[in-house]
Amino acid sequence: MTVAEIKLSSPAMLLEYTTNAIDRCLQYKLEIRVCAGPGCLAQGGCEIHAAIVEELAKRKSELLAKNLEINATLATKCTGCHGMCEAGPIVTLEPDHLFYTHVKVKDAAAIVEQTVLKNKTIESLLYKQEPRKGGGRVRRYTDIPFYALQKRIALKNVGRIDPLNLDDYLAHDGFQALVKVLTQMTPEAVVEEIERSGLRGRGGAGFPTGKKWKGALRVRKDRVWVICNGDEGDPGAFMDRAIMEGDPFSVIEGMLIGAYALGATDGYIYVRHEYPLAVKHLQHAIDTLNRVGLLGDNILGTDFSFRLKITRGGGAFVCGESSALMRSIEGKVGEPRAKYVRSVEKGLHDEPTVLNNVETWTCVPAIIRKGAEWFASMGSEGSKGTKAFSLVGKVKHTGLVEVPMGRTLREIIYDIGGGLLDDRPFKAVQTGGPSGGCLPYEQLGLPVDFDTLTRAGAMMGSGGMIVMDDRTCMVDVAKYFIKFLIGESCGKCVPCREGLRQVYDLLYKITRGEGELSDLTKIERLCHTMEVASLCALGRSAPYPVTSTMKYFKDEYLEHIEENKCRAGVCKSLIHYHINKDCTGCLVCKRQCPVEAISGEKKKLHEINQDICTTCGICMEVCNFNAVDIISGGELITQRDKAMAGAK
Amino acid sequence: MITETMPANTLAVDETWEKKIREIFDRYPREESSLIMVLQDVQEEFNWLSPESLSRVATELGVSRAKVQGVATFYRAFSLIPRGRKVIKVCLGTACHVRGGQMLVDEFERRLGIKVSAGMSEDGEFSLETVNCVGACAMAPAVVIGENYYANVGPDKIKKMLEKERQS
Repeated sequence: MTVAEIKLSSPAMLLEYTTNAIDRCLQYKLEIRVCAGPGCLAQGGCEIHAAIVEELAKRKSELLAKNLEINATLATKCTGCHGMCEAGPIVTLEPDHLFYTHVKVKDAAAIVEQTVLKNKTIESLLYKQEPRKGGGRVRRYTDIPFYALQKRIALKNVGRIDPLNLDDYLAHDGFQALVKVLTQMTPEAVVEEIERSGLRGRGGAGFPTGKKWKGALRVRKDRVWVICNGDEGDPGAFMDRAIMEGDPFSVIEGMLIGAYALGATDGYIYVRHEYPLAVKHLQHAIDTLNRVGLLGDNILGTDFSFRLKITRGGGAFVCGESSALMRSIEGKVGEPRAKYVRSVEKGLHDEPTVLNNVETWTCVPAIIRKGAEWFASMGSEGSKGTKAFSLVGKVKHTGLVEVPMGRTLREIIYDIGGGLLDDRPFKAVQTGGPSGGCLPYEQLGLPVDFDTLTRAGAMMGSGGMIVMDDRTCMVDVAKYFIKFLIGESCGKCVPCREGLRQVYDLLYKITRGEGELSDLTKIERLCHTMEVASLCALGRSAPYPVTSTMKYFKDEYLEHIEENKCRAGVCKSLIHYHINKDCTGCLVCKRQCPVEAISGEKKKLHEINQDICTTCGICMEVCNFNAVDIISGGELITQRDKAMAGAK
Repeated sequence: MITETMPANTLAVDETWEKKIREIFDRYPREESSLIMVLQDVQEEFNWLSPESLSRVATELGVSRAKVQGVATFYRAFSLIPRGRKVIKVCLGTACHVRGGQMLVDEFERRLGIKVSAGMSEDGEFSLETVNCVGACAMAPAVVIGENYYANVGPDKIKKMLEKERQS
């Protein structure tokens, strides 16, 4: 019988069953973990898992001869995101930490034949180091800097456990913290512990969690709500998605502890519309916990009751803002409100509400289990603990990382991320989503925590970290964020609604080569107005992508205006494509050109008719001989890297 | 504009519609706070939110038609025009943007002869939408068609993708 089939009626009973679960889940001689995180899933993670399962079933007798019995001494499972998405799909084999990368369905047979049955490593599937680091293969993921330099708390179970199996969660310290608070701690002591840990909200604002909870304790009312903000709206961030999909139980355990401490009986998890799998995994977790008595009335036979529901978002960025999110749960248009009345006093349905982000909730059980001092011993002065980041863009090892706060940008991008894709020059790193900013090379020494990056004109935000190389135009990036925010501004207050439009028009002018120097002053003034006069954080922080790029990359703005040049070769109106003498006359670009602007015969130099060309860039994309150049402002812009539109 | 080419999946307010929409109302308490969830389910069932559906939702939940319209137009997830059998979502999150997501939008528009969030391809197979971020940033640029995720997409791969999706 598994835990999921019985009703747990006391903390002691849970502990007993946990021992049981450990016996069942941690005693495998061999465990095959297939990553089914966002990246690997897209490349067939589930199919690979199914293929391995099928292959194992076929060779059951041979396995038995090796004392490997499926589901007894040998286990296979689909896990959440393992982290190094760039190497996906990933399969790991425990307890050896064997790390297979870029696995395909057809490799399943070999993995069973070679590794499971013969205990041999398949060299070709191992992680390959970069040539300048020796180029050799690495057997274990623990020996790869990407993993070795991380410290995982929020992501502890992600990539390790089966998110649909409560037993597995229990075997990995699951619900130990809940038992501890129910049996040994008063609500006040829990709040005290969280406050001493120095935990700050991981959603971006960094408000001290303990302080928020204390505020709610002071407001006495019949009903208190607890909400988990899973509306991870920042483009370029997917930490919360990975946690909700890969370790849903830990989010709920955190919420249970919070509910116990705050005297809450009802709660919501608000999940983004774009994350259907997260909804599925969370719903499964909620249903399971309701059945076994870890959610609902009289949890573990105590007086503590907590009912939890999921609300799916409607695809509005502004709903990540807490007051807008609460309106959205109420079924209304997600407009934020001014914050002179705090949510802990009047939140959802005008009742006291404590809202925290997914990653914040996930940290709570760990803090309770290991103590506030342990958590506070990591991190920097004002920012304790670790932080998960999604390291993406033009970086070699794209994926999910978690490090103690205070590590420098350079360590994260170069030591963990392996530096830039194709070793191109670094231009900027964008942090904090649309409310954040772009930082240049000179700032890479900055420690990453809540306060330092804000002082530098960016912000840590929820943890998106997008690396940009010399082929990224900073004016275009600023324009991109403003366009994003125009679509997402709720329209309630004038500075945000109108300011964004005006700034966009000016930036658009500049990227078309029609800008004037006075436009920059206008932009600065508009940004200032938005910063001081907007109603909510969305509008107040909206100018940051513009102000930070104007601060650190002003010369690019000036080049666009004065020389009609886009040095990154991005702004379409300022560039044209040209076929150089390396052209072999293979006809590929001619065939692919959507507007038939390319002329030329087989084995003869092709030519682009500039009058017809729409500068879509497909010719450059498809050319296999680096024969297409970008010209801007009369200068040759070197080859756009091929990785721009994906690995070829 | 849309009425000209109303394709096969145009909504008919008939018995099936009646039955299906009733089933949806039975899942939730008939109050304002159910509005977004009801609209989500209606859209999932019929692929878009027709004026008929919106009016019905308003009556059933006891909210004004104006309020329903307000909510339906506020959230990006809702479509007030009919959509193709499969919805193509091109991710334009930051990571996808810097890796050439816009190029994919242009190429889809060209191949399908439709614009983003405006109608469907002539054969009624596809609609095109852009998404702020699908959370697949490590494999940028990403495209989601129906429930299938495509990683590291280049404009030259689009033709094959469409062929494959047409057949499934």
